[in-house]
Amino acid sequence: MRENFTQKIAERKHNFEDILRESKLELPPLSIETLQVNITLKCNQACLHCHVDSSPIRTEQMSKETVDKCLGILKDHPQIKNIDITGGAPELNPHFDYLVSEAKKLGKHVLVRHNLTVTIDGDQTSKASKMYLPKFYAEHGVEVISSLPYYQEYFTDKQRGKGVFQKSIQSMKMLNEVGYGDEKSGLILDLVYNPVGAFLPASQETLEKDYKEELWKNFGLKFTNLYTITNMPIHRFKEQLERHGTYDEYMEKLINAFNPSAAMGVMCRSLLSVSYDGKIFDCDFNQMLGMQVFIEKPRTVLDFDYEKLVKRNIIFDSHCFGCTAGAGSSCGGAISE
Amino acid sequence: MNYYESKDLGRFAEVGKFKPDLMKKFFDYYNSAVGTEGALTKREKALIALAIAHFKPCPYCIDAYTTACLENGSNPEQMTEAIHVAAAMAAGIDLVHGVQMLNNLEKSGA
Repeated sequence: MRENFTQKIAERKHNFEDILRESKLELPPLSIETLQVNITLKCNQACLHCHVDSSPIRTEQMSKETVDKCLGILKDHPQIKNIDITGGAPELNPHFDYLVSEAKKLGKHVLVRHNLTVTIDGDQTSKASKMYLPKFYAEHGVEVISSLPYYQEYFTDKQRGKGVFQKSIQSMKMLNEVGYGDEKSGLILDLVYNPVGAFLPASQETLEKDYKEELWKNFGLKFTNLYTITNMPIHRFKEQLERHGTYDEYMEKLINAFNPSAAMGVMCRSLLSVSYDGKIFDCDFNQMLGMQVFIEKPRTVLDFDYEKLVKRNIIFDSHCFGCTAGAGSSCGGAISE
Repeated sequence: MNYYESKDLGRFAEVGKFKPDLMKKFFDYYNSAVGTEGALTKREKALIALAIAHFKPCPYCIDAYTTACLENGSNPEQMTEAIHVAAAMAAGIDLVHGVQMLNNLEKSGA
């Protein structure tokens, strides 16, 4: 009880809305260009930093009915150009292939947050192989976005589990073989870096150069872009910070690095996030914290109203400092130079 | 309580309490030399600073420049090599004084 109280006091010190007011910034939504759908919390991995708390024992899955509702929203709204499919490992939802194929038929740009290793591990519950994924992605022109926290084994395995680096390399090789990362093919493979600990990412441009050189030199691998993402001080990563007694220190680091131009470009201004059970949120982080849009009358995919949603007040909290620190952070990497 | 407390680094500027003008000159110089891109990148400067932090054992600087190296994109191998350079230089500086010992031995007729 006392611990909760102390935590609440600490959170109050890190008030994002206060900083916005001090910086004379207002951040209303601009549009809804992307529908990000989190279709399962199940994952073949259990990463140290995971803000979703995903693992092989999670069972939450988006139903076919909700998948169809999401597809209906995409069909009815040409303004929504992208569907960003995430999880967990989204490929472990039984309706994943259907969602990708149908979204492509609607002419949408499909992005998948693919953890690389699921291709090798397969579905640990049903024992179904997932080795078809690289070819499936290529055939559907999916933009593949994959976490690879470092170009070396040590940091990658420390964050994502023993053996993950080698499996990721094997999986990247399969993606390269079907044309991913090759400029001529037009198939996009983006990698995502996030720090292994309580520090901010290095410059995206510098790290991309390192990744490209090292992955090519050591493994003959190619990819398109590197996105750097800041660790969000929520769930597993927050627990890690608290265990080490560095939560306040990390929050201060994020607050001191507050960058107004990164704030202007935060992803929640042009994206909506849908949970496996169809609830609507400003972003994946708010989703994991249960902070649904329109607190008084929360929305789901069943009563999706574009005009009302684009005029909503985005819900901000202390974790939002993670998106506005330094060069900023979004699902598409750094926001500003 | 330890003699060196990590949080005390945040009080560094207080050293200027009685001579703020000198401290300001120091910080301006320090930030220009260490914290900016120049002929050397910030990544290279952070590695040099990490090596010196070990050469002149400074707990504050080791904490600060371990983070600075990571935030400027250095990897653990590069950071470890940097402190080996510092350690090798320190050993070399000690050992090269052996020449003075030899000179004295020679003077002593040994």
